[in-house]
Amino acid sequence: MEKTREELLQIDFKPPAKSWMDPHIDFEARRGSWSYPGAPKNLRYMGYPNPREWSPTDADWKLPANWKQIIFEGMRELLSKYRSFKVFMDICVRCGACADKCHFYLGSGDPKNMPVLRAELLRSVYRKDFTTAGKILGSLAGGRELTLEVVKEWFYYFYQCTECRRCSVFCPYGIDTAEITMMARELLNLVGVNINWAVEPIANCHRTGNHLGIQPHTFKDNIEFLMDELEEVTGVRVEPSINRKGAEILFVVPSADYFADPGIYTFMGYLLLFHQLGLDYTLSAYASEGGNFGLFTSADTIKKLNYKIYHEAKRLGVKWIIGGECGHMWRVLHQYMDTMNGPADFLEVPKSPFTGTVFANAASTKTVHICEFTADLIRHGKLKLDPSRNDHWRVTFHDSCNPARALGLFEEPRYIIKNVCNAFFEMPENTIREQTFCCAGGAGLGNDENMEARLRGGYPRANAVQYVRDRFGVNLMSCICAIDRATLTTMVEYWAPEVKISGVHELVANALVVDGEKERTTDLRGQPLAGKEDKAHV
Amino acid sequence: MAIFTHGNISLEVDEDGFIQDPEQWNEEVAKALATTEGVSELTESHWKVVHYLRKYFLEFGVAPMIRKLCKETGFTLKEIYELFPSGPAKGACKVAGLPKPTGCV
Repeated sequence: MEKTREELLQIDFKPPAKSWMDPHIDFEARRGSWSYPGAPKNLRYMGYPNPREWSPTDADWKLPANWKQIIFEGMRELLSKYRSFKVFMDICVRCGACADKCHFYLGSGDPKNMPVLRAELLRSVYRKDFTTAGKILGSLAGGRELTLEVVKEWFYYFYQCTECRRCSVFCPYGIDTAEITMMARELLNLVGVNINWAVEPIANCHRTGNHLGIQPHTFKDNIEFLMDELEEVTGVRVEPSINRKGAEILFVVPSADYFADPGIYTFMGYLLLFHQLGLDYTLSAYASEGGNFGLFTSADTIKKLNYKIYHEAKRLGVKWIIGGECGHMWRVLHQYMDTMNGPADFLEVPKSPFTGTVFANAASTKTVHICEFTADLIRHGKLKLDPSRNDHWRVTFHDSCNPARALGLFEEPRYIIKNVCNAFFEMPENTIREQTFCCAGGAGLGNDENMEARLRGGYPRANAVQYVRDRFGVNLMSCICAIDRATLTTMVEYWAPEVKISGVHELVANALVVDGEKERTTDLRGQPLAGKEDKAHV
Repeated sequence: MAIFTHGNISLEVDEDGFIQDPEQWNEEVAKALATTEGVSELTESHWKVVHYLRKYFLEFGVAPMIRKLCKETGFTLKEIYELFPSGPAKGACKVAGLPKPTGCV
């Protein structure tokens, strides 16, 4: 990263002199705030249109000769298919309530990152060609010609939105701005304009079942390694269950949880909890991904990737599903699944075998969030917990965008943390719960080439982290999304390096008293527990 | 597709300089790729990491978990950063001819 923190904080909120209708972007000058295009091998694998080598800095993006016709036909189809899209195109009165709610706008000062103006980039084309006023009056009615420069501008700004939906919380009409971005990306995808950080995980997920391309033997090997690590800390041997037919529950996690720090500690946490409970569950090497990057590309892809989980649930003959600490999975499950692949009538309404609680909220999807499951166990006194084993952490909680705004999961993770940790502190109220600030790396943007945009967009969240660090000595931010665990780690290293990132079930496992365990001297990371520094061999 | 050339070596690489076809990797390629990572000479320690990564990749088709890499090679993460300044995933994996991991990582 070339720019210093001080340089990034010189944010100029004065709009540029040129008209917003001018679409020109200098991609060379804006390196650091766009993502590499989808590699042709991945487009071919998915059967996506127009696989080719290209770069945003090229003058010629090698679009199909009839690109304009393709986009117009695509738009016509989307408008007829999704009434919401037409409403969102027509209804905005440009009141500006959303304008300063976007982390990318706050961190960059670029007015085209105001959600209203980002949407206007697409809406202006809609007006020009799909409304009577626009057809007659053109730019006087806010209409704009669809040109190649406009396509390039769409690529830049619709891949500078993380679909986090913070702006939608403030829209008096309830316009779902993430869906506008999704529509724009869908149109771009029709002419082969997409990003590799979205399409490679999608292609991998189709090929192997998960974003990382982890095959079944590797899946098993990774998990066994993590169980070895867990045994070193706890003295307890946990035997994972994989691809086991007839289990009661299928457990689906984001793949980063069995591959990368710090998600691996949360993975150990899930399995230690299940072990202690004696839960009848199975993992699957095929439904080995909770995340659904179709959300960042096209509706057909969302549907295919989501179907995989239910297909596997059927094959294994489970009764219901628990989903791990994954982000976008919950947007798909709670807001799209029913009309795409559901309802999942072949499964049973989830019921906790330990408390008898029926999860009526999951009556249609049959999928329960692990935080709902664990919070219910704690509430019924089913877990023996020693929160002092997290006393080396002073914890805050980051509401991950999709579990928060799409699933409404505010209380359960907090309830769990307060039961497994002694020191918990909230960030300011306009940065948490439904107003949470995004990590700025979701929706396929969590790559290295887009780092300046990530760090700028991450600043509103980081600013709140700095506040609790300085005021309460917070040194850990917990969250329930794998993208968060990856991108917030980079973000705090830059803005607040004293603060580390964790999942919630890592903290659960630190505190969970397990039958037959040895005296714990370290946490799951191998760091000494408070007061046990002399006993820990690290 | 960008082409990386060094001496007699010419390879297709991605935007970040990762080789596209892992089959083309050999020790000469590793030495050439190391120059792009600020590693002028591959010492025995470098080779230990590179050979472990290579062997793991051929067996498992992806990069190993970083925790596993450290455990199996006996190096701490800090030591791996000293060997490969841009780290295990970007530096060491690039030299060993592994693809870049993508997704929630």
